[in-house]
Amino acid sequence: MEVRGLTKRFGDLTAVDDVTFDLFPGEILGILGPNGAGKTTLIQLLLHVLTPTAGRIYVFGLDLDRHREAILSRVNFSSAYVSMPSSLTVRENLQVFARLYQVSPAPERIAHLLKLLEIDDLAAKITGTLSSGQITRLCLAKALLNEPRILFLDEPTASLDPDIADKTRRLLRRLRDETGMAVVYTSHNMKEMEELCDRLLFLSKGRVLASGTPTALRDRFRGGTLEEVYLKVVRGEA
Amino acid sequence: MALSRIVALLQRHLYLYKRSLARLMEIFYWPLLDLLVWGYVTVYLAQMPGALPFVAAFLLGAMILWDILYRSQQGISISLLEEIWSRNLLNLFVSPLRPGEFLAAMMALSIFKLSTAAAVTVTLAWLIYSFDFFMMGLYLVPFVVNLVVLGWAIGIVTAALILRYGQKAEVLAWGLTFLFQPVSAVFYPVSVLPGWLQEIARYIPAAHVFEGMREVIAHGRVAEEHLLWAFALNGAYVAGSLIYFYHVFRSVRERGLLLRVGE
Repeated sequence: MEVRGLTKRFGDLTAVDDVTFDLFPGEILGILGPNGAGKTTLIQLLLHVLTPTAGRIYVFGLDLDRHREAILSRVNFSSAYVSMPSSLTVRENLQVFARLYQVSPAPERIAHLLKLLEIDDLAAKITGTLSSGQITRLCLAKALLNEPRILFLDEPTASLDPDIADKTRRLLRRLRDETGMAVVYTSHNMKEMEELCDRLLFLSKGRVLASGTPTALRDRFRGGTLEEVYLKVVRGEA
Repeated sequence: MALSRIVALLQRHLYLYKRSLARLMEIFYWPLLDLLVWGYVTVYLAQMPGALPFVAAFLLGAMILWDILYRSQQGISISLLEEIWSRNLLNLFVSPLRPGEFLAAMMALSIFKLSTAAAVTVTLAWLIYSFDFFMMGLYLVPFVVNLVVLGWAIGIVTAALILRYGQKAEVLAWGLTFLFQPVSAVFYPVSVLPGWLQEIARYIPAAHVFEGMREVIAHGRVAEEHLLWAFALNGAYVAGSLIYFYHVFRSVRERGLLLRVGE
């Protein structure tokens, strides 16, 4: 994915300001920033649910604005702030999205993902009766249905207990290694970002303040941990 | 348009109705109550000295046809609200689903809902009041088609307003169709309206349908002019509603409202 000069203004407010970056196959890119930094706006732009004021986004060599359908069929998204229809069972929800993404053969793919995310025993359960952690895993299963080449995850482990969060991170790394899937990841959990991401973008007031590998950023800003680097960068002390 | 994506959305809503007694009741409950109230009103009116001829058929036929229009509109607007209530809207629009496919699925769903409700009311009207809805013969086809299409047009505008203004506009899903009722001449002829409302009624497709319905019941035929007006107006209404919907959808994408509505 190539993002060039991406800008989004809402009246006088510039939510995303001239952001340029690349995402490579198999890369896990973390987007960091304080609340209101423009992370969610950036992800919305990359998913074509928000129109940019300026700039271009190319995915798989195609212009996102002109090839929305072809691109979105090969990417997917999950967020702690989005849910799934609560009256349907886990399996029914996945069947609906499998059809939406034209997944074939769907039953095998669904069975595989239910097992992979350790929710196979919940397949016949009504989604509304699941815990928030179980719903997050269902949303992740939905996001993996179409074997996406790029996966957008907005705070995916926010409602997971440490055990399941760790398993989720391991799973993402495994999928990345096995399939070459790229991941765009946002989280306020610095330890998680440090552990998981190959590269980080620091956003503040819509601008990229710094980018690089976690190690390079720690060295550059002389921080012992990513959290120290984060605090220095967002407080303008770096 | 991808048929599989339209079927996926249909499947999602049919699963919902399969499991939710409250939603199933919603299809049957109001039509049933309307039928009982209006049915006994017509029985009473028909017993009055000097009662209008065909009063029972006029009122029951009108009630059933109005419900078809109402269900058709709700098939689109309530289905959109279901996605908002379940925080699923963003999941749908980050998928390859096109807005046109979303509308097509909602239209198909509205046919399912209104057919189910109409089957119940038509049967009960026959059983309880010996009212034969099919007495209108083949004229029923253009009447029903026009009401369904008008319901879609109103539903599409309602959906656009909900996307633009969020859940504070959700009351429109139940109310907007009723804005058309006084000038649709559902239970009375257009001729009883004051002149300026008659002028407005000329441009309401439903008014031509209900005028036509009364002509068929009373005289066994309908002036072709009514049907032509209804079809022409509906063509304009649907085109206008689609233009408005796509305009609003573009604006919603520019303002980032899809996430705010959908979360």
